[in-house]
Amino acid sequence: MARFVIRRLLQSGAVLLGVTLVVFLLLQLVPGDPVRVALGTRFDPQTYEALRARAGLDRPLVVQYFSYLGRALTGDLGVSFRSGRPVTSIVLERLPATLSLAVTAVVFAMLVAFPLGILSAMRSGSLLDHAARVFSQFGVSVPDFWMGIMGILLFAGVLGWLPPSGYVALTEDPLRWASHVVLPAATVGLVTASILTRFIRSSMLEVLSEDYVRTAEAKGLRTRVVVLRHVLRNALIPVVTVVAVQLASLLGGVIVIEVLFAWPGIGRLTYDAVQARDYPVLQGAILLVAALFLLVNLLVDMLYARLDPRITAR
Amino acid sequence: MSDVPVLAIEDLTVTIGTRRGPARAVAGVEWSVRAGQTLALVGESGSGKSMSMLAATGLAPRSARVTGRVHLLGTELTGLPDDQRRRMRGRHVGFVFQDPMISLNPVLTVGRQVTEAAEEHLGLTRRAARTRAVELLDLVGIPSAATRVDSYPHQFSGGMRQRVVIAMALACEPDLLIADEPTTALDVTTQAQIVELVADLQRRLGTAVVWITHDLGVVAGIADTVAVMYAGRILEQGSVDAVFANPSHPYTAALLAARPDPAAGGGELVTIQGSPPSPLDLPAGCAFWPRCPVRGDARCEHELPPLVPVSADHRVRTFYPHPADGESR
Amino acid sequence: MSGEGQLRRALSALRHDPLAVTGTAVLTLLVVVGVAGPWLAPAGVNEVNVDRMLEQPSWSHPFGTDELGRDVLSRVMVAARVSLQVGAVSVGIALLVGVGLGLFAGYYRGWLDNVLMRCMDVLFAFPVLLLAVAIVAVLGPGLLTAMIAIGVVYTPIFARVTRAGVLSVREQVFVRAAVSIGASDLRIMRRHVLPNIAAPLIVQTSLSLAFAILSEAALSFLGLGVQPPAPAWGRMLYDGRGFVTEAWWLGVFPGAAIFLTVLAFNLVGDALRDVLDPRQLTVSEARRSAG
Repeated sequence: MARFVIRRLLQSGAVLLGVTLVVFLLLQLVPGDPVRVALGTRFDPQTYEALRARAGLDRPLVVQYFSYLGRALTGDLGVSFRSGRPVTSIVLERLPATLSLAVTAVVFAMLVAFPLGILSAMRSGSLLDHAARVFSQFGVSVPDFWMGIMGILLFAGVLGWLPPSGYVALTEDPLRWASHVVLPAATVGLVTASILTRFIRSSMLEVLSEDYVRTAEAKGLRTRVVVLRHVLRNALIPVVTVVAVQLASLLGGVIVIEVLFAWPGIGRLTYDAVQARDYPVLQGAILLVAALFLLVNLLVDMLYARLDPRITAR
Repeated sequence: MSDVPVLAIEDLTVTIGTRRGPARAVAGVEWSVRAGQTLALVGESGSGKSMSMLAATGLAPRSARVTGRVHLLGTELTGLPDDQRRRMRGRHVGFVFQDPMISLNPVLTVGRQVTEAAEEHLGLTRRAARTRAVELLDLVGIPSAATRVDSYPHQFSGGMRQRVVIAMALACEPDLLIADEPTTALDVTTQAQIVELVADLQRRLGTAVVWITHDLGVVAGIADTVAVMYAGRILEQGSVDAVFANPSHPYTAALLAARPDPAAGGGELVTIQGSPPSPLDLPAGCAFWPRCPVRGDARCEHELPPLVPVSADHRVRTFYPHPADGESR
Repeated sequence: MSGEGQLRRALSALRHDPLAVTGTAVLTLLVVVGVAGPWLAPAGVNEVNVDRMLEQPSWSHPFGTDELGRDVLSRVMVAARVSLQVGAVSVGIALLVGVGLGLFAGYYRGWLDNVLMRCMDVLFAFPVLLLAVAIVAVLGPGLLTAMIAIGVVYTPIFARVTRAGVLSVREQVFVRAAVSIGASDLRIMRRHVLPNIAAPLIVQTSLSLAFAILSEAALSFLGLGVQPPAPAWGRMLYDGRGFVTEAWWLGVFPGAAIFLTVLAFNLVGDALRDVLDPRQLTVSEARRSAG
């Protein structure tokens, strides 16, 4: 187990290093002078020189990268071209909003997908199974922002039950947070749920046809025990990965949904940074998201190794 | 020992609904096995030997329609509600399946898998069941059972896994052990060990055994009675002594001839030409007729031969018993 | 070889699958509209008419008019071309680059394999849409950059699918035999390896087309795709989102167009997978981040 953990840690570290290189190079790929582009009409020589020096753009590329890497390791991701505030705090401020939306959406998705996926596999060919398949095909194909617009149209427009957009911090007023999170979370969650339903169904079907399930039935165990102890334990191992990948990409900020619902998370921050050509903020947001993504994947692999005894043995 | 057979099957028929229509996997099968005795079900793959056992014990796929009568220790099983049949099966029948590499759950310890049936049917506590698991693993010859009980299946070799499966099958001290080609997936030395283990356990525990196999060589060594199946029907059945001494169906005779005989030493291996008919499209008459070396007349093609007695403990389903009617060959 | 046989089998199986037939019919219609849209459309896409702003669907404007009085039906029809174009070109880029990298990595193994696949891992570490947004942000918004961005994002999937296929084919007897009689590497790849990994690639291509079109719609919703006044479905939704409570048709029709297109590609892709590659784990599905 220890060797497995160390190997995975090293791998993730290497990938993260690659990620910093990509993020660093983004700025170099901007055609022309990124600081000049960012300042645009607000150009003034003094600010320009200050920002260039602060970003270290006057030094050789390799030196720039290693100083960027060194500062990033100490938590310094530079300052915003726009506000001059440290990028690290700008990005971290947005984390709670994204986190609360992502977690709510994934919980919603799991509540829908687990019963639906499991039942449709166990009653394969039934009406419920067909309904589940239509649902998952719909969810995989529908653009989530369109679902969001339809949701606003129905629940905020026609019915007037929910606010069309906006955000209230959970810590500030849980009830108002809830009323604001319902639409965006349900929109994102619906897509996630359909992906999960599909995956759970096929994973269950695969395990149901395994010989060891017949062995369990031969022992005369109750159906509930066979399903819970023998089928689910095995079928859910790959599902764990899918849930985690979903969560990780939602943590990356559901850009479009956050823009549509005026939800001040990482996604919205990324969008604003792109619009404002505030490259340090864009870099910081992307780096944080990729790091979170890697972290979640790493944790999942550890969990995976615990769930499936065969993995660490190799 | 009581006169009631441990398992008695009468007129068992299994029809499986497939996308291309109904497939008759088993037709009118009838046999019984008594305590301490071994019945061998012999046939090629697809002959219905495994399906007849699965159907009799309520393990047939959902798409299967099962008719006939199955008595386990005198209790009629086919009419029972699913739940009672499940309990009868778990309490009184142990199963050993073909491939131990896939018949054990990879994410549960072997101890857990050995004990769960005992917890369910004998009401043992988790701790008592664990003690029992160690005893059972010891009984089937797994070294240092007390520590191996917490290992996972992938930490065992194929032969050791099959021992685990046998321990699992014995967990509730079953009256009947069903072994479905338990040695096919193992190497030759291990095969012999597993056969010997089951025979030894049977002597000690007095269990009835149904041994499903395609290998007549194994049958001679361990079985008391034998039933040869082909395309879902029994072609010949009786005591091993009678059937081996006087194989009366051309199919049985061909199988016996096809058996590699080490004594004969590198002789030509006889095989039967052709392949069994599709269960979706069975002939009206004798199913073996297209491949039969005797090749009877139109009667064989259109009329199903009845199962007729050859002697007191020997029956055969053919119009031309082999080799009695020498002139017909 | 087996690649061709599989293809023929796949096509004949598709003819008997009602969902695949429906998907193919929708796609055919889309391609016709995509090619001939500007001639078929009842009105010009940028015919502004301030007297007829936000009009309900009617006989003269079946999908209504937008906030500038433009005919929504015409705009939806003409925008089909952009979506199909971005989808086809970006998946084409991903396919060419990804298959190339996957072939070399899987065939030559060694350090080249290691470097290439670690690069793919790095690309995999970003959520799909975020990476596309970052690339467009750097290169500047527009049709071409959107295609490049989406192409880059979907390249790792093709590289992985290809490499996995190559690794399994490489060890098979006929490939070893070809190597032993001294066939050139290129010839072995073209004659033996590619036909044998065609099935997963075909499946992945059709499913990726669906995801690429969704990504394009999301990019243009964010104003990072094709630039106005050219119409794009995602952009129409973005522009109309403020009016949607008064003018539902601005929200319904462009979105329905995206949905139907993506659905059609998914239906065909799923049917192909059922026939060609039933056990393939849908990496892309699992990875499709909520855009």
